[in-house]
Amino acid sequence: MWTLAVAVTLGAVIGCQSGEQHEPTLRIWAMGKEAEFLISRIHGIVLDGRRVEVQRIPWSAAHEKLLTAFVAGTLPDVIQMGSTWIPEFAAVGALHCTEVDEEVVQDIFPGAVAANLVDHRWCGTPWYVDTRVLFYRRDLLSRAGFSLPPRTWDDWRQAMRQIKQLGPQHYGLLLPLDDWHLLVALAFQAGADLLRDRDQYGNFQSPEFRRAFSFYVSLFHDGLAPFEGPGQVANVYQDFAAGLFTFYVTGPWNLGEFRRRLPAALQSEWATAVLPTPEVDSPSVSVMGGASLAITAASDKRAAARRLLQRLLSPDELVHLYHATGDLPARRSVWHRFSEHDPLRLAAFREQLEQARSTPKIPEWERIAGLLTRYTELVVRRQLAVDAALARLDEETDRVLAKRRWLLQRTPTRP
Amino acid sequence: MHRTRTVAACVFLAPALAAIGAFFVGPVLAGLVLSLTDFDIYTIADSSNLRWVGLEQYQTLLRDPLFWQALQNTVTFVVVGGSLTILTALGAALAVWRAARTVQAFFRTVYFLPVVTTIVAAAVVWRAWYHPRVGLLNVALRWIGLPAIDWLGDPRWAMLAIVAFSVWKNFGFHMVIFLAALQSIPQRLYEAAAIDGATGWQQFRCVTLPMLRPALSFVVLITVIGSFQLFAEPYVMTQGGPANATLSLVLLMYRNGFQWWNVGYGAAVAWVLFALLVIATLTLRRLRARPGQ
Repeated sequence: MWTLAVAVTLGAVIGCQSGEQHEPTLRIWAMGKEAEFLISRIHGIVLDGRRVEVQRIPWSAAHEKLLTAFVAGTLPDVIQMGSTWIPEFAAVGALHCTEVDEEVVQDIFPGAVAANLVDHRWCGTPWYVDTRVLFYRRDLLSRAGFSLPPRTWDDWRQAMRQIKQLGPQHYGLLLPLDDWHLLVALAFQAGADLLRDRDQYGNFQSPEFRRAFSFYVSLFHDGLAPFEGPGQVANVYQDFAAGLFTFYVTGPWNLGEFRRRLPAALQSEWATAVLPTPEVDSPSVSVMGGASLAITAASDKRAAARRLLQRLLSPDELVHLYHATGDLPARRSVWHRFSEHDPLRLAAFREQLEQARSTPKIPEWERIAGLLTRYTELVVRRQLAVDAALARLDEETDRVLAKRRWLLQRTPTRP
Repeated sequence: MHRTRTVAACVFLAPALAAIGAFFVGPVLAGLVLSLTDFDIYTIADSSNLRWVGLEQYQTLLRDPLFWQALQNTVTFVVVGGSLTILTALGAALAVWRAARTVQAFFRTVYFLPVVTTIVAAAVVWRAWYHPRVGLLNVALRWIGLPAIDWLGDPRWAMLAIVAFSVWKNFGFHMVIFLAALQSIPQRLYEAAAIDGATGWQQFRCVTLPMLRPALSFVVLITVIGSFQLFAEPYVMTQGGPANATLSLVLLMYRNGFQWWNVGYGAAVAWVLFALLVIATLTLRRLRARPGQ
């Protein structure tokens, strides 16, 4: 019995070792449905004599996991990476950055290009993009007396007021309190710079930001958006179908969800539009999101990794990606190959993506975004006035950026 | 003679001391050193970006409104959640103890079940109960004519919701300890008390409670220590929200240390928590030692 167990174990150990020697692997980490897509498309294929191995990690813990893996020296060769994390991981030296390839760059949405450039070097290649647009119920909007989606903030507020008149079970907008994206998009539209002086200080007391912030908060204070905490937004689709809210600002992942989860009778009644702007003629800016594929600095198989990226970013694979996951390719030249699938709704995304901007490219951004949600929530709950909140927001942001100021003083060209 | 005994004692103690040194004293001291630096994400990139900042992290901590809120939340949880857990556990233990032998094992198992349930799975169910529109709790409230409550979304109620979940999750463990202590009380004490004419309440006060003292002080101690380290419940139910009403000290430490790699600051939070726990434990020991002994 014992000898058998020992023999089996030994055999397994030897088997593993020899397997690794004959077939070196190219490891890639990915998240969520993209990981499923990669597993179905490339897991196990052999590229440049290396077997591709896809490892799935959950989105909710991805950021911590990647940083921990970097510190431990166990990052794989290629990682899928939220585009807002690129500056942070480039700053710690986790990514393999290269010269910019002009040809590639011209094809990609400008906001996504900016998000992947660190110190004029190319640290990740945009894979798919997302941004937030206005999803709305056409039937409810027309019952409230509007045939077109709102163009300006004033139109929008007016439409929501009318919608509230339809009955007590109708709100204008669903606005989760823990999501800062709409607030930042409105600030971009008002022309605000969130940080100032080479991103060394908070700039939240500027008149532009104040204007966007006041408008945002008034949506709650005027009763146009119900208070919603993170635990409560679980059944958006049922609530949207029931008409609890008419507007919802969200991203491309919800195109597929809405198609799948809303009842058939509503399928012709929901639509998308670009975000309303402060003036009629100002451009509609939103926040650029999405993910890139990045080669890690520690990878010793960069040639194979580049081959893998080339393959995943080819037009055919990107069209597959769209049909499998609903992800919108970062390459504009690919769009004509899938946009007939849902032309009107995708057109709003296309327009919004051209104008989408990335958030400040500093490692501290996640913490500043946390402050932003915290102070917004305090004002929404009337525990703090607007001016006091913005002053404290600047003060705390300056404290978060103290180390960055010290670094810049020491070496004025970096980071 | 004496010396050989000392040597023998040292030899026998050595493995335990080595483990405590490696896994407790070492990390605690390392944490203390870290809390005196500004170790952060820039330090990972280049260790020359590390600065010795003395007590600055602690000064920042004392000025941080979030720290005070986390401290207040944690203390609230320790006091309210802790006492509710102990009272529920004691009540359940007494009820099971009095129950007929045939159903005793059944109820003991049922009350202990939440302890072995996965917290994430349990949280999913509890979040459904707490749902503002379709949750069972609010359906019941509306049925008796009261307005619905947004349990996890309203800062005034969220901590209470966490407390209720945590009491349900944890009381079974303490109940088992109480039950064991109850079952070891000699029956003759009750017989003697009954002969002296003691009522049920008098028997509880003068026989049961004094005999439960050792178990009680143990349960209070581990409940206080456990409650100060509140993390999993808010992490899976509310992520510290709404308006940070359920942010605990450990959650604050986790956010700083692991989410943002602000390790110096996280270590300072950890040290403050450690100091609070030492103070709480010493205070409880003095309270326990005092009366009549």
